[in-house]
Amino acid sequence: MMRLMTGIFAAGFIAAASGLPALASGPDLSDWAAIEKSASGQTVYFNAWGGSENINAYLEWVGAEMQSRYGVTVIQVKLDDTASAVAKVIAEKAAGKDAGGSVDLIWINGENFVSMKQQELLLTPGWATSLPNWVYVDVENQPTILTDFTEPTEGLESPWGGAKMVFFYDSARTDASTLPDSASQLLDWAKKNPGRFSYPAPPDFIGSSFLKQVLSEVIDDPGKLAEPVNEASFERDVEPLFAYLDQLHDAAWRSGKAFPQNYPDMKQKLADGELDIIFAFNPSEASAGIKAGELPDTVRSFTFSGGTLGNTHFVAIPYNANAKEGALLTANFLISPEAQLRKQDPTYWGDPTVLSMAKLPDADRSAFAALDLGVATLSPEKLGPVIAEPHASWMERIEVEWRRRYASGN
Amino acid sequence: MLTLGLLLLPIAFGLLGTLLPAFGYLPALGGVGLSLEPFRALVATPGLVPAAVLSLVTGLVATILSLGITLLFVAGFAGTPVLARIQHIISPLLAVPHAAAAFGLAFLIAPSGFLIRLVAPLFGIERPPDVLIPHDPWGLAMIAGLVIKETPFLFLVTLAALPQVDLTAARRLAASFCYGRIAGFVYLLWPALYRQIRFAVYAVIAYSSSVVDVAVILGPNLPGTLATRLVQWMNDPDLSVRFLASAGAVLQLGVTLTALLAWFGLERLSTILLRSFGDRGYRFVHDLTVRRLAMIAVTIIGASVFAGLFLLGLWSLAGLWLFPDLLPRDFTVRSWMTTLPRIGDPLVTTLIAGLASTLIAVVLTVGCLEREIQTGRRGGDRSLLLLYLPLIVPQIAFVFGLQLLFVGSGSDQRLTALILVHLVFVLPYVFLSLADPWRALDRRYEIIATALGRSRLSVLLSIRLPMLIRPILTALAVGFAVSVGQYLPTVLIGEGRLTTITTEAVALASGNNRRVIGVYALLQTILPFLAFALAALLPVLLHRNRREMRV
Repeated sequence: MMRLMTGIFAAGFIAAASGLPALASGPDLSDWAAIEKSASGQTVYFNAWGGSENINAYLEWVGAEMQSRYGVTVIQVKLDDTASAVAKVIAEKAAGKDAGGSVDLIWINGENFVSMKQQELLLTPGWATSLPNWVYVDVENQPTILTDFTEPTEGLESPWGGAKMVFFYDSARTDASTLPDSASQLLDWAKKNPGRFSYPAPPDFIGSSFLKQVLSEVIDDPGKLAEPVNEASFERDVEPLFAYLDQLHDAAWRSGKAFPQNYPDMKQKLADGELDIIFAFNPSEASAGIKAGELPDTVRSFTFSGGTLGNTHFVAIPYNANAKEGALLTANFLISPEAQLRKQDPTYWGDPTVLSMAKLPDADRSAFAALDLGVATLSPEKLGPVIAEPHASWMERIEVEWRRRYASGN
Repeated sequence: MLTLGLLLLPIAFGLLGTLLPAFGYLPALGGVGLSLEPFRALVATPGLVPAAVLSLVTGLVATILSLGITLLFVAGFAGTPVLARIQHIISPLLAVPHAAAAFGLAFLIAPSGFLIRLVAPLFGIERPPDVLIPHDPWGLAMIAGLVIKETPFLFLVTLAALPQVDLTAARRLAASFCYGRIAGFVYLLWPALYRQIRFAVYAVIAYSSSVVDVAVILGPNLPGTLATRLVQWMNDPDLSVRFLASAGAVLQLGVTLTALLAWFGLERLSTILLRSFGDRGYRFVHDLTVRRLAMIAVTIIGASVFAGLFLLGLWSLAGLWLFPDLLPRDFTVRSWMTTLPRIGDPLVTTLIAGLASTLIAVVLTVGCLEREIQTGRRGGDRSLLLLYLPLIVPQIAFVFGLQLLFVGSGSDQRLTALILVHLVFVLPYVFLSLADPWRALDRRYEIIATALGRSRLSVLLSIRLPMLIRPILTALAVGFAVSVGQYLPTVLIGEGRLTTITTEAVALASGNNRRVIGVYALLQTILPFLAFALAALLPVLLHRNRREMRV
């Protein structure tokens, strides 16, 4: 009690002494015209993974549009890992830089979001649901828009695109009738085709997703995944997963002694003939790869009839963002029908939209319907059921466990 | 003093910013008290010892091989036309950034790489064999990647020091007593030569034992080397891992120091061996085989880097390119067309940071060295050690702390900060390249000039600087190349708003698109290459009417 009192006194003293302003208040979301006005002339530093040329090109288009429509300059800060943007915000908080921060907008989901939310590094209160274009967002049919890895988004991040795990193969090399339809069939396939399947080593996002896909299929009670990890039963819960991986690694590419770096690496290895089945979190990646001359036009996709993982990726605004209004305006533009249409077009990106076709005006709806999704892209009906992401704590624990077992050199 | 301050303050602050979290202090993440918990967590990390040993061994072996090849080759061919020819071929290799050379090597030796495509028709290979190259668990590919980069560096540093020893006389003496060419060189010249290049060797050890990019591209990844695991920890979304990362950074410091200590041991051992061989009169007359082997090694090194660069170029122009095709099915300039419009700003930042930091470094170095000559007081080994601290302290151990410092100061002078931080890394290399040639220059020229009534400044400008123009230009090129290659400090201090060719290249490399990697790796190579080309050509032009100044 005494310590608590001293703490409160000390905190009060420090606040008074340093003349801290009252809690930094965000823009008033009910007055959108005022936001547009103060956003004009601002520069938004959009921290987004920079590893893909077509995504970078898409963001350049966003920048040009924002400039001509609202006078907002959007600059992509190209990251090799989203966590480094989180690290920047932490460094700033550590240094007491509670305003004028260097990150205005982050492309984020899953662990990074949960982490920022828990550390209170995000702009509060929830703003995403107040964006004018929120009315088009498909909250009814895409449950992952409101809960990011089972963590409620609470409007702290705005949805940007959908994702679903899809597998790819080269039909010129692999007979479609031999393809697996579940994780266990995939294991059998790998044993019959040694060295031709693998997955990126965690913590790569796609690699971790594969682990979660397998876990969802082999765990005794999938309901457990919707809850945080239960430490008492964790060992037993993940036992089937690691039994599966032990077998898989024996038959995997390089006998599980090395792993592809990430999805684009697997794509290259499919073209090289090193891998025969690869996967991605974007149904039209293969079509985009064919268009870019990276994959032969005989590549096709498939999913599991029992379902594959799906989720949503978002944009978020740090609590100390310098251009909050500009960031809000950008987030709103990103979920406009026009920006989402271009994003779903495999010519530019090919990322599934977060908007609800039913809520769109007729013209926009027919524009989406007219999109040519590409020769290797499954239609939405054929993508199969969605398996929800496990609670974020599973990802962390599985990654640690994976490293302990396979990456420790023992 | 200023020079030392510029070097030491950032490192001191940076180390503090690393040490405090290593001992549990980082209020932003809830660490408010000091504890040994991060170190306990570090010790409990599985596979830590193999990772540290791997860093240590690959670093040492790469250095031993690089220095050994350099020594045997220079000993075998110094004073012959072969050396001069090889020098012209091999010095451009210095300009190739580590990451680019590593990618090139990987394209060459991978199971789906170019070498296997060359022989595929002969052996009927239709699918790439499933063998673990690169990323082999012993780190052989990584050692190879380091050797092809460090040998040219040591070779050039040795050549820069070579004019300071009396090669011709030593050759004659050794030959007249019937010593082999290599043995004569090693007995008579190597000790003096090594004294001049040893700091370059230490830098190679420190670099090789803590390198990140080469290790990621070629090194074993299960487990990776200590440095690569540190980067993973620093980037871990679970923020509490940052304490572990800081403790790991302290361990990395220890590994690098251990590697250096082991090297000191090797130095002593080889001195003793050398002396005992000399005392017993071993002449090693028949060293033709060794000379040929050295020649072959140097040829392989040169060929693999050039072939790698060629492959990078090919990939940057490739359309669809399937295994086992030797060439792409079609060519396209698409990768270049999409890239070129975007490199303007990064290019400008690269040039400004590189030129500014290098020029400052040369001026400071010349100032220090000139003062040393005038006062006749050398800083001694201790201050030298301080000077080389930025090369010996692994970057990873202090740049995160530095980032905190810059953010905390609320400074908007980001570009200035970037130049200063680059200077921290550039300055030692510039000093390293310049100090020994500077000291070794025969002082009698200046004494005569002073006796003829010239002022010190005029002596500096009209005698010393022109006579040392080659090492000065080399130092400039080295400094520029170092600045261009900086990744971690640029990303952290530039806060992603100041991008250079290298930060763009690494960000894009994370997408592992060979075509884009090809474009950026070539861009990354061209800039330092131009600097080295200038360093090589300018003295030729300047000295076209002075035969004795040609090397």
